[in-house]
Amino acid sequence: MVTASDLWLWLEEVSDPEIPVLTVVDLGVIRSVETDGKNAHIVITPTYSGCPAMKMIEDQIIEKLKEKGVDHCTVELTLAPAWTTDWISEVGKNKLREYGIAPPENEPDKTVLFAKPTVVPCPKCGSSNTRMISLFGSTACKAHYQCNDCLEPYDYFKCLR
Amino acid sequence: MNQAHVEFVLRIADDSLILGHRLSEWCGHGPVLEEDIAMTNIALDLIGQATSLLNHAATLQGEGKTGDDLAFLRFDREYRNLLLVEQPNGDFGMTMMRQFLFDAYRTILFERMQSSSDEMIAAIAEKSLKETKYHLKHSSEWVIRLGDGTEESHARIQESLNTLWRYANELFYTDAVDDEMRNAGILPDLSDLRQQWENTVNHVFQEATLTIPSNNWKQEGGRKGMHSEHLGYILAEMQYMQRAYPNMEW
Ligand SMILES: [Zn+2]
Repeated sequence: MVTASDLWLWLEEVSDPEIPVLTVVDLGVIRSVETDGKNAHIVITPTYSGCPAMKMIEDQIIEKLKEKGVDHCTVELTLAPAWTTDWISEVGKNKLREYGIAPPENEPDKTVLFAKPTVVPCPKCGSSNTRMISLFGSTACKAHYQCNDCLEPYDYFKCLR
Repeated sequence: MNQAHVEFVLRIADDSLILGHRLSEWCGHGPVLEEDIAMTNIALDLIGQATSLLNHAATLQGEGKTGDDLAFLRFDREYRNLLLVEQPNGDFGMTMMRQFLFDAYRTILFERMQSSSDEMIAAIAEKSLKETKYHLKHSSEWVIRLGDGTEESHARIQESLNTLWRYANELFYTDAVDDEMRNAGILPDLSDLRQQWENTVNHVFQEATLTIPSNNWKQEGGRKGMHSEHLGYILAEMQYMQRAYPNMEW
């Protein structure tokens, strides 16, 4: 007899294809899980409209649940409510930092042009003396920063609200 | 099937698709690595939006087609995008100017469309708005940097504005499709769209020390499928694989 809490637990074993240190649960893309004790229905939401990882996440969920004995699992993609970085769990934010990616900070209003870039502490040495290199980074969800003290270049998981 | 509804969704979808394709042409050719990555990131957002919108249009059509069919198997006269978004990339300044004129419009459009009575449109608008705000910040800052930069950069981006200005009026094109969509609550009230857009544009051009050209020639036709000569070349490249190898996947 499969329960919803089993499903949540098993989904903790599915990692994000682009940031393998995060599980899909940490990332906040799992919106709901349902089960009748045998089959499962999982609702997921994309981080960005063009996120190329969604299909892979869907396949991995189905594969993982099959491995756990759930033969029939459907995955539904929903757009509303729209994903926000506020849905990344505290555990997830700590994992990001340990992995070398700065987690999202509270960012100022984007309508202010040339605003001082958000202070994003260096995930390597902790210094706040850092600079933004580019608002866009290696994937849709990241910006590019560099530490002025230890010189580490790093990804910043930018705030999406 | 409601013809106006499909038409309305295709207009927004094709803007995203064609501009996304245009930006993707910069991949590997950006003036610096960071901007190469920025433009392709923005292209990816736009193609993602186009995917959701074209899938929705295909569902509304109810003819068993997919979003991919609409993207890859229509003829040029069936595309409904603005003339602005199909214009060639030109230099980096031209690309940023085209992007800015579009982003300033798109931000307002998506803000309003969040209250559409078409739930899918409202959801896509809410999702896309978060991305579009980043695009607008990026393009606005480049327009200012280049306009208020060196003599060379100023002259070149002013020239881009002179070239593209004739296509700006089409952003506010409306016809019976819009009227029908407004009556159905699918398209929220946009009567102050131009005013809001002008506020953004005038503010940025003032900071950028750019002058709006006095020549007010207005070119339009994209919403009715009457395109400039550039669209055919885009489609030739974009559709090549599906035309040469029907139904191929990779
Ligand atoms: Zn450091």
